[in-house]
Amino acid sequence: MTIKRGVSLYSFQEEYFLRKMSLEDILATVAKLGIQGVEIIPDQMIPGYPVITDEFAKRWHGWMDKYGLTPVCIDMFLDWNKFKGRVMSDDERRDSITRDILNANKLGCTVIRVIHDVSPAILEPLAPIAEKNNVKLALEIHAPSYYTSPLEQELMAMFDRVKSPYLCFTLDLGVFCKKLPRVVVQRFVRDGMKQEIADYLETAYNDGTLPHDNELGKRSSNLGDIVLSMGGREQDVMLAYMGTHMIYADSSVLPQYIPYTSHIHGKFYEMLPDYTEYSVPYDEFMPILLKGGYDGYIDSEYEGNRWIQDAFEVDSTEQVRRHHVMLKRLLGEA
Amino acid sequence: MYDKYLIVGEVFKNVEQGGQVTGFQLGLRLPYYRGVVLSLVGEMVIKVDGEQVPVGDMSVTVGGKTLPVSQLENEPVAKWEFGEVGILTVKKPGGLKPGEHKVEFSQHMLISYVPTGFWGHDEKTLHLAA
Repeated sequence: MTIKRGVSLYSFQEEYFLRKMSLEDILATVAKLGIQGVEIIPDQMIPGYPVITDEFAKRWHGWMDKYGLTPVCIDMFLDWNKFKGRVMSDDERRDSITRDILNANKLGCTVIRVIHDVSPAILEPLAPIAEKNNVKLALEIHAPSYYTSPLEQELMAMFDRVKSPYLCFTLDLGVFCKKLPRVVVQRFVRDGMKQEIADYLETAYNDGTLPHDNELGKRSSNLGDIVLSMGGREQDVMLAYMGTHMIYADSSVLPQYIPYTSHIHGKFYEMLPDYTEYSVPYDEFMPILLKGGYDGYIDSEYEGNRWIQDAFEVDSTEQVRRHHVMLKRLLGEA
Repeated sequence: MYDKYLIVGEVFKNVEQGGQVTGFQLGLRLPYYRGVVLSLVGEMVIKVDGEQVPVGDMSVTVGGKTLPVSQLENEPVAKWEFGEVGILTVKKPGGLKPGEHKVEFSQHMLISYVPTGFWGHDEKTLHLAA
């Protein structure tokens, strides 16, 4: 049982978007930072996905060898609304995920981060093909949902019944966001939100009184009303929803869910110069993951870029470097 | 997200066909963190000097393929890649006058896991060379 360190290349999206770094540049940087595991969103950095050409696969494995990296995970999406005038059938959804399974295998990855809105009925029949390709289907628990949310509880029941190690969870550590990231609050104000509304959102989030639901994709009905009643604009309502969906979940219940968890996203918004995260208290839950025997990767997922890119130069490499200095300390590697 | 990078001014120019100026072009990126098939590219609103461009006058070139903007919803395979600068061509006989133009761009993204999708917005003053 060990916790291994990796990084989702999502963390470097700013530099890739602006074509300041190529995929190979990013992989070389990951190696230089002493990080072993690699996770990729194929739709982000593999043009033409879901087609993975043999030529690309060869280059990919060449990079893994050259830089001494281990492919770990791909992050899949299910664009069930892509056909005009209808939604995908269950069979089409399974076909789409099956293609991801084969692609993950082709890239040497052993986990797929499954997007959160995939039902147990879609996933269950995919266990055999996942097993055949040695790819775990790890549905993401992402704020504001948690293990205890309705869909996740349905999945737990299915996992208990099927008992396949290939059906499991990815945990996004953004569920343990103790303080609203200040990069978010500062952006609210730069985008024209009245200071008192931004202050209210920050204070109410931090003291746990901000209204929100515990299911991803559903919206608290009265958060918007509160923002409007304080003189906010429609775009402030949108900002409030986009910026405050994090939760500070109860990490003490983690031990019972660790056996169902095969992958972790090390979400962070702002790594400080002292190698702590401004809003996510890694010191609180890392000992629980260690003691509870979590066996898998924690892949850094830097998400501060989108909140600062309007006004500041994003330095993803430095943010990821600091994150791994912290992880090493908490894992006793330092 | 990526709002301030959405309008790419470097390719802002009038276009000619058969010796006639038929319209103008500018570069656009999508406000999202992955590449998507074109049917997920929702409503596209472009205003130049305050005047909205009719949807029927716009076409977009991505991945070497050109489609009328009104047809994007029918394309569930071809993609607009992450960070890719698409070329928007606007039909406008005579084109735009040289000099400064205010360009506003709003883009709706139809992303399945976001209940109502979301919008990105950018506006820039661009200079059209004589």
